[in-house]
Amino acid sequence: MAQVHFEDITEGDEIPQLKKNCSTQQLVQWAAGSGDFYQIHYDKDFAQRTGLKGLIVHGALKNAFLGQLLHDWAGEQGQLRRFGCSYRGMDEPDQDILCRGVVTKKYSERGKHFVELDIWTEKPDGKKTSPGTALVTLPARS
Amino acid sequence: MTQAQQSVITDEMRAAVGVEGPAAVLEVEKTNCRMFARAVGHADPIFYDEAAARARGYRGIVAPPGFFGTPVFRPGGAAAVPGEMAGRGFSVPYKRVLNGGTDYEYFPDAPDGDVICAGDTITARSKIAGFEETEGSLGPMLITTRETTYTNQHGKLVAKMRGTVIQY
Repeated sequence: MAQVHFEDITEGDEIPQLKKNCSTQQLVQWAAGSGDFYQIHYDKDFAQRTGLKGLIVHGALKNAFLGQLLHDWAGEQGQLRRFGCSYRGMDEPDQDILCRGVVTKKYSERGKHFVELDIWTEKPDGKKTSPGTALVTLPARS
Repeated sequence: MTQAQQSVITDEMRAAVGVEGPAAVLEVEKTNCRMFARAVGHADPIFYDEAAARARGYRGIVAPPGFFGTPVFRPGGAAAVPGEMAGRGFSVPYKRVLNGGTDYEYFPDAPDGDVICAGDTITARSKIAGFEETEGSLGPMLITTRETTYTNQHGKLVAKMRGTVIQY
């Protein structure tokens, strides 16, 4: 993908979306990869005993999806400086999770070109489940 | 609910705010970087392939966003708890726990900071930044905010994490 440059973007721009859909297998991979073995993410009986309808996607995995959204957008010459989100709503396996970001501010400081974004994951009905913010540096053409 | 709830924040908890806990050692290994990146679905080869990472100017395979290494496990030692959910060791009258959210900050610039790469040994130091009590749709809840700093083997501050854990 072509490198995005600081001059290319404007406040209010939406960055390319990233669509995810976790299988239960992916949740187990994440449990192993992250070290979070809480059973509500892979043991349906356990999840239901805690009052949930069924398995839910790890909040930290959705945060990592947003990390991928930003990493892929910033490109080889961009740098992810800060990102994170609140875990406001639950997502289930085998359901689309759309990762999105909108530029809220751009500025240059000490030779670096910063872009602030609102980021979030949303469910198929448009409900935002993980709203957050991010800071990325991008290369400039000049 | 109109009746004021008794605070669950004890003097012991108040005294713990701002006090750094014991340092944890995290090893950043190639296989763990790949496992983490694969679980997310990353496609960038810098998370998987050493030659590709070096060709892009990195010291080795890059730790994907949100990965800071794996705590060293010792049988019989304290359970290895990932940073996000660590530090709820106080006795409070709530049974349920939720991860409220997490923010990561990176310091990739030399000379003070660095990018986290496979082969690094990271020292994580955590402290409780504060406790907050609120009344939500789930009833009364305690929100604990924790801050962790990550320093690499060369003493460079590479990242900070700020996370909240909700008990209710």
